[in-house]
Amino acid sequence: MINSRYGKIAGINGNMIVAEFDDYVIQNEVAYVIHNEERLKSEVIRVRGNNAELQVYEDTSSLRIGEKVEFSGELLSVELGPGLLGQIFDGLQNPLPQLAEKFGFFLKRGEYLEALPDKSKWKFTPTVKKDDKVKAGDKLGFVDEGIFKHWIMVPFSLQGELEIVSIADVGTYALKDTIARLKDANGQIHSAAMQQIWPVKIPITAYAEKLKPLEPLTTKIRLIDSFFPVARGGTYCIPGPFGSGKTVLQQLISKHAEIDIVIIAACGERAGEVVETLRTFPEIIDTKTNKPLMERTVIICNTSSMPVAARESSVYTAVTIAEYYRQMGLNVLLLADSTSRWAQAMREMSGRLEEIPGEEAFPAYLETRIASFYERAGIVKLRDGSFGSVTIGGTVSPAGGNFEEPVTQSTLKVVGAFHGLSRDRSNARKYPAIDPLESWSKYRSVVDEAQIIKGKQILKKANEIYQMMKVIGEEGTSLEDFTVYMKGEFIDSVYLQQNAFDEVDAATDAERQRYVFNIIYEVINTQLDFKDKTESRKSFQVLIQKFHEWNSLEMQSEDFNKKEKEIKDIVAGKAKQKQNNEKDL
Amino acid sequence: MKKTYSRILQISGDVVTVEAEGVGYRELAEIYIKTGKSLAQVIRMSGQKVYLQVFAGSRGVSTGDKVRFLNHPMRISCSENLLGRIFNGAGLPRDNGPALTENLIDIGGPPVNPAKRIIPRKMIRTGIPMIDVFNSLVESQKLPIFSVPGEPYNELLARIAMQTEVDMIILGGMGLKYDDYLFFRNTLEEHGALSRAIFFVHTASDPTVECLLVPDMALAVAEQFALKGKRVLVLLTDMTNFADSLKEISITMEQIPSNRGYPGDLYSQLAARYEKAVDFDTAGSITILAVTTMPGDDVTHPVPDNTGYITEGQFYLRNATIEPFGSLSRLKQQVNDKTRKDHRTIMDTMTQLFAQYRETLEKMAMGFRMSEWDAKLLKYGKAFEEKMMSLTADIPLEKALDLGWQIMAESFEPAETGIKSILIEEFWPKNNNQKK
Repeated sequence: MINSRYGKIAGINGNMIVAEFDDYVIQNEVAYVIHNEERLKSEVIRVRGNNAELQVYEDTSSLRIGEKVEFSGELLSVELGPGLLGQIFDGLQNPLPQLAEKFGFFLKRGEYLEALPDKSKWKFTPTVKKDDKVKAGDKLGFVDEGIFKHWIMVPFSLQGELEIVSIADVGTYALKDTIARLKDANGQIHSAAMQQIWPVKIPITAYAEKLKPLEPLTTKIRLIDSFFPVARGGTYCIPGPFGSGKTVLQQLISKHAEIDIVIIAACGERAGEVVETLRTFPEIIDTKTNKPLMERTVIICNTSSMPVAARESSVYTAVTIAEYYRQMGLNVLLLADSTSRWAQAMREMSGRLEEIPGEEAFPAYLETRIASFYERAGIVKLRDGSFGSVTIGGTVSPAGGNFEEPVTQSTLKVVGAFHGLSRDRSNARKYPAIDPLESWSKYRSVVDEAQIIKGKQILKKANEIYQMMKVIGEEGTSLEDFTVYMKGEFIDSVYLQQNAFDEVDAATDAERQRYVFNIIYEVINTQLDFKDKTESRKSFQVLIQKFHEWNSLEMQSEDFNKKEKEIKDIVAGKAKQKQNNEKDL
Repeated sequence: MKKTYSRILQISGDVVTVEAEGVGYRELAEIYIKTGKSLAQVIRMSGQKVYLQVFAGSRGVSTGDKVRFLNHPMRISCSENLLGRIFNGAGLPRDNGPALTENLIDIGGPPVNPAKRIIPRKMIRTGIPMIDVFNSLVESQKLPIFSVPGEPYNELLARIAMQTEVDMIILGGMGLKYDDYLFFRNTLEEHGALSRAIFFVHTASDPTVECLLVPDMALAVAEQFALKGKRVLVLLTDMTNFADSLKEISITMEQIPSNRGYPGDLYSQLAARYEKAVDFDTAGSITILAVTTMPGDDVTHPVPDNTGYITEGQFYLRNATIEPFGSLSRLKQQVNDKTRKDHRTIMDTMTQLFAQYRETLEKMAMGFRMSEWDAKLLKYGKAFEEKMMSLTADIPLEKALDLGWQIMAESFEPAETGIKSILIEEFWPKNNNQKK
């Protein structure tokens, strides 16, 4: 490299080193610590006088004072281009399967492989011609990447209007071959390849405008879509104590959500969970595309025993790849599991920098970092009029399961939906274990809002009655209250809970949710007439059982209609005279 | 070139600071103290200043003592010769055997590439029904035993060490009472299990720093054996002592504590150890069972809390039994469908009935009238507690499943259990005289 600058190590503390330099350094530039044959990647995170403080993305054992540090002048970046889908990267975008092939069971420090092999070839078809005027992010042509048209775009880093001086013909090119030459306003010529490099901590903004997320993103989980919906381009978080099913929920959403591409950022969690995704996704066939799920998935995996600093970068690597595919007009879902580990990585570094700590020793900038990460989600209108979106869902692992801690609280300030998992619900084997009384969402439901509001009222009232019943016993509860309580149990059991192992019940699309909730609405809105509590309980038990069976029948099948009639008959049989039907509870 | 330095600038806690050159981070040094020499490890460097964590503690270190750097990180000898041997937290023999120096390996090696991991699939039989039947242990699993101080967790570990079907056992003792150390040694010796075991034992009276090295040594050795195809079970007791040592050292180093005094990287430190559990596709495996005492029976205490996020389930040890509720092996589904076809049914049904028994106990305590069904449940629950929950049992899984049928048959009619009739026909004990 021409403008390589060097420094030397002056101090080491864990994964933070202090490097003395003579020339200049750039904040957040990548530097390599040179130890014998090894080159360890690191990033400048603070500069004080002639000392640059670097976080090293590797184990720092056996480094010595005085060893050379090479500053690269580039910010921490990822390679973007065709070939990302189906890949498994670490937090620095090293392809893990290729590392395994080369180095065996263990990760070797200081070994980096190209994320996208330079020699890989793709068939390019241009969609612009010479003399066309384009801007950064505009489409130049496409290659076929699995089931997607992967658009090759004008490098995001170019500015102003550009004129196409030359464009490659239809043909097969390597990733770094020049496929277009572009002239900027100053007459300078830039060349564009299929691959481009982008710094991970800077959002890609090559779009016309960012819009408000309105359209619901169907996850096919009823509790989410109907009660606490997520919007395309929106954000949500899932906090929950250990063992409450965060990861399982994320895995199911990644399987069923109506979305083009899923990016999974396994950030500081168990390796075993990633392995499950890794090993099962290539075998699960996506019903929409008839191709293995893996072909629309990218996994960024920096598990808990991998270097901590790379954990911090992994969520940025993931969101940058998500933004890249958004630029092609695709809907991308980024699942970050878990953002608490990412926050902890920041805390560790902050501690080594001896910064003044905030709450629970998290750095004072925790909130802004979390906010700016979630703000990278969004639905955008591209310059060609098409739309693309990045939806971000992050799990939070609060210490002691207590939501009052800084990471959960900072996250709640910026997300659009909150799916709080409760240990009580998961202990009672209720799936999903999202607490319907504590959770909220600012997005639009797939079901009629008025019906949902009514449903929430019943749930709330039922819980109040349940709390009271614990004190005064069933005997002291009026029949009317008891029936409301049973209605709450009914909604919970047949609608909020889903059987993840049942092929049909595991995923409910929006149409079916509307259809089913209509009937639920009818049930809860009907004044039911029971002799006593025993009858009330028995009737609801029958209703619940029928409903469960109904839930696992294909919609519009003969059995489905038959069961529906059975349910309606039961309700009609217990309803008070017709004129009371519309009366509120 | 091994240079000797004698300018100790600062002594604070068990950390001494010396001025030196050409030292590698995390390298070892020897300090020649009047009372002997001690190993020390570089934990921080700043210019010429090298901060050393002294294994034997800083008591008696003089500012004039000599420090010699060894040019290599902490290593341990690893060979078949380790079997049956007992070492202390510095890796030196605690028994009267010779010190080992061949085939030295670095401790705390690099992590396993997640792409090389496989989905766990092999059950480990322990002979303890509460584990085998209800929460099967799986090769490569990492499970903590959450326990209140005073519970017989070491007895449980010793029993597992004796009767578990693995190739070898590595025991890492941290802050172990001397009595407990002797208990482990004698028990395994009596049962002839010592020859397939290796001990790394740090006792409560040993220097704090040595406590930190125990899991790393135990797991580094385990890894070597696993790579050679051995199925290794690593037993660690007690990880809360390990975390407390971390706390002590980090506070000495003036690090900002995060939660109840524990360092901010507690999660990463624990994960780095637990994640060593692995099933090598083409070789052996490491499985970890680690006792974590919960101060004040509080599972939200930082140590059990962080542990719960890392491990694949947990066992709760209460009243000298493995509590059926709350205890969970997250990997059991991977294996318990391949053992015997009634395994899952027995597991589910017996747990449900036991839950009802607990409710009945509550009702009884509140003075409610007992129904006939309650009486059945009480009978069942007592039998379950006595025969199934005993931690001194050593029953093969199949026998334990049979025992399960037996216990149910003694108390219930087949239909009362809600078990599918196909299984009832095949497994329900035939000539059983049910006493009403």
